[in-house]
Amino acid sequence: MSEENKLEGLNKPEYEITPEMRSNIAITTLDRIYNLGRRYSVWPLMFGLACCGIEFICTAASRYDIARFGMEVMRPSPRQADLMIISGTVTKKMLPQIVRLFNQMPEPKYVMAMGACASGGGPFKEGYNVVSGIDKYLPVDVYVPGCPPTPQALLHGLMKLQEKIDGESYFKRFRERKENIEAIPIPILGPDIIDPRDYEIIKNPSKSKVAA
Amino acid sequence: MTEAAPVVQSVLETRFPGVVTPDERKGYEGYIVTKEKLVELATALRDEMGYDFLSSVTAVDYLSEEETNLEVVYHLYKSTGGGSLVLSVQLPRDNPVVDSLVSVYPGADFQEREAYDLMGIRFDKHPDLRRILMWEGFEGHPLRKDWKEAYHNEDTKPFSNRWPDGQIFRSEDKNPYGKNNIYPVGFDPTKWEATEESLLYAGLGKAVGEKGNIETDYLVVNMGPQHPSTHGVFRMAVVLDGETIIALKPVVGYLHRNHEKIGERNTYLHNMPFTDRLDYISSLSNNFGYALAVEKLMGKKGAPSERAEYIRVIMAELTRISNHVWAIGFLLNDLGAFFTPALYAIEERELILDIFEATTGSRMMCNYFRFGGVARDFPEGVLQKIRDLVFERLPRKIDDIDAYLTDNEIVLTRTQGVGILTPEDAIAYSATGPMLRASGVPYDIRRADPYGIYDRFDFDVAVRYHGDCYDRFIIRLDEIRQSIRILEQALDQIPEGSVISGSNPYQVRVPAGESYGRVEGPKGELGFYIVSNGKPHPWRYHVRAPSFINLTAMEKMCIGQKIADVVVILGSIDIVLGETDR
Ligand code: SF4
Repeated sequence: MSEENKLEGLNKPEYEITPEMRSNIAITTLDRIYNLGRRYSVWPLMFGLACCGIEFICTAASRYDIARFGMEVMRPSPRQADLMIISGTVTKKMLPQIVRLFNQMPEPKYVMAMGACASGGGPFKEGYNVVSGIDKYLPVDVYVPGCPPTPQALLHGLMKLQEKIDGESYFKRFRERKENIEAIPIPILGPDIIDPRDYEIIKNPSKSKVAA
Repeated sequence: MTEAAPVVQSVLETRFPGVVTPDERKGYEGYIVTKEKLVELATALRDEMGYDFLSSVTAVDYLSEEETNLEVVYHLYKSTGGGSLVLSVQLPRDNPVVDSLVSVYPGADFQEREAYDLMGIRFDKHPDLRRILMWEGFEGHPLRKDWKEAYHNEDTKPFSNRWPDGQIFRSEDKNPYGKNNIYPVGFDPTKWEATEESLLYAGLGKAVGEKGNIETDYLVVNMGPQHPSTHGVFRMAVVLDGETIIALKPVVGYLHRNHEKIGERNTYLHNMPFTDRLDYISSLSNNFGYALAVEKLMGKKGAPSERAEYIRVIMAELTRISNHVWAIGFLLNDLGAFFTPALYAIEERELILDIFEATTGSRMMCNYFRFGGVARDFPEGVLQKIRDLVFERLPRKIDDIDAYLTDNEIVLTRTQGVGILTPEDAIAYSATGPMLRASGVPYDIRRADPYGIYDRFDFDVAVRYHGDCYDRFIIRLDEIRQSIRILEQALDQIPEGSVISGSNPYQVRVPAGESYGRVEGPKGELGFYIVSNGKPHPWRYHVRAPSFINLTAMEKMCIGQKIADVVVILGSIDIVLGETDR
């Protein structure tokens, strides 16, 4: 795509711009220009959980080069990160830390479940220390299948995330969300992992929909 | 079992009459020891008979109609080479207590904690007996046969609701919480008090001891589990005096994926892909170890075909190279040279992964070995690719890495003299692999207790003598060069033929008995301990994980060093959390 066309792609709603100005000027909405910036600067949290984390590192290395998407700036601190890639098996022992990290990330933030484990427990689902999918605790934006997903699959997932960002409106979504953001309650390591939101069912499991 | 066994047996029986009896069960070759004399016996074995290396400690739950015993199993070796001596102690189920061996073999520390955690065996006089993989306060001891997890479906696979009925349900739909959780009856979460952290700090306090009379405060620093240089979800609690470390406790278990519990439900072949996910950087050597352990039990029927033996060696050595370049790259990362050296390392690793992908179908999770051979032959052209890599590219690239790094001023000052482990300590702490050899102990299982066809190749056991981080870095370069040598010979000699002996069945018949298969993995001695009762599933499946046991010496190496060096020392051990926590 030539420079000129790129700008034209941005030019929406379509206003008539004289041909000699087309390489310099585009008229667009604030949302679009804002999202353009955001989609090319998604900073992932530097955070690997298991085997999938290794493929994540390979994606960041020279052959697959995540920098093409503006995502090579990995932040070890959640305060500076936009995207949490859950790259591996989530265990119960690790879960409180993951939830805490998520709570520490500033909005707008995204979660990607990379691999079978993060999406649904994967090969270790039945294990007593394994959380069967991070979406039981955190809101997931993109799921990437695979065990481990190849770097290509991860890149595809990141492109899906970019598409998602494109479709968002800062003024609608984040203003609204900002007002009713609640931190996710941090699970507690009890006789088994305790989600504070489940207190009532734990005390009286027979009240649940699927009484055992 | 060693050739020297009869000698040992007669010595043991005369020295310890009534204490040591040969294990008469079919398929067992060890000795049963009474628990009262265990420490005394271990001391004699170590000091007088040369069994100075405690490789593995684990426990087995023999729960059946006739039997309820728990059994602790010890595997001892000589650091000069040779086969194993297996001791087991039988304990009653209701009060399983045995004396700790930490005073004789400090390397038993974490392994005994693991047996306590997962099997509920208490080790008397253990200095810090806490749970290690699960957290303090967790309900039950999961590896006991009568303990059932939340998503428990059936004891063995394949589950009848999957096959032949094909009625699949989601286990969360049957669980009242919709999650993989289970609580004791009448449990009230609002009254729960967690003790995990307080016990950890109490353990640290014990290690620090009384303060001197100068009024300074010690500082406790927690590194991890989310820390960019802990190689995954590893945590260390460190006590500092100024910048100097005075106590350190590794905290693991953040990636405990219940490998062993799941493995005991799987059939033998089912477990092969799971072993890939142990040390996920070097899946093919995990395959090797597991295949070896099961083939040992299968006896003659399990012997691999000739071509398969060569393919196994080629794959295992390529894995070692890819693991070591990765380790070197990330060690430099830990030294502060962020990502550039790692990029060079990953470049070579990618080329090796291409070979794996072409041959096995997957870059990382190869699932390639079968009992009696390997899953498929090299596709066309791949052997040539390997030749190009081994004869042309790799030697040159390794020399490059060597030239860039070995004499680098910063590398030298940051690593020389840092994190020293003496040979005596290395053996005592059951360190294996590059860590042991960098301390001056020339112990390589490929030589000391050869498996596969390693006895046919001409190679040197790499050794370095200072035991510091620098030597642990250099020894990996040495080992890569030796691996290239082995590869050159294997590539020259590889015969044509079938890659599997027999028909590659889905269900193998494994006679009853116990076996311990160990390989020299890139990280150290990787052992698989398997107890079979003749059924299609292993009764006990235990992994002796080198990353986990090498960590036992971590505190020893770190005390007196500066906090900034901890990261380097950890990097030089080269751990992978999938294997540490299993
Ligand atoms: S999805 Fe597979 S590769 Fe990824 S963490 Fe889980 S087991 Fe490992």
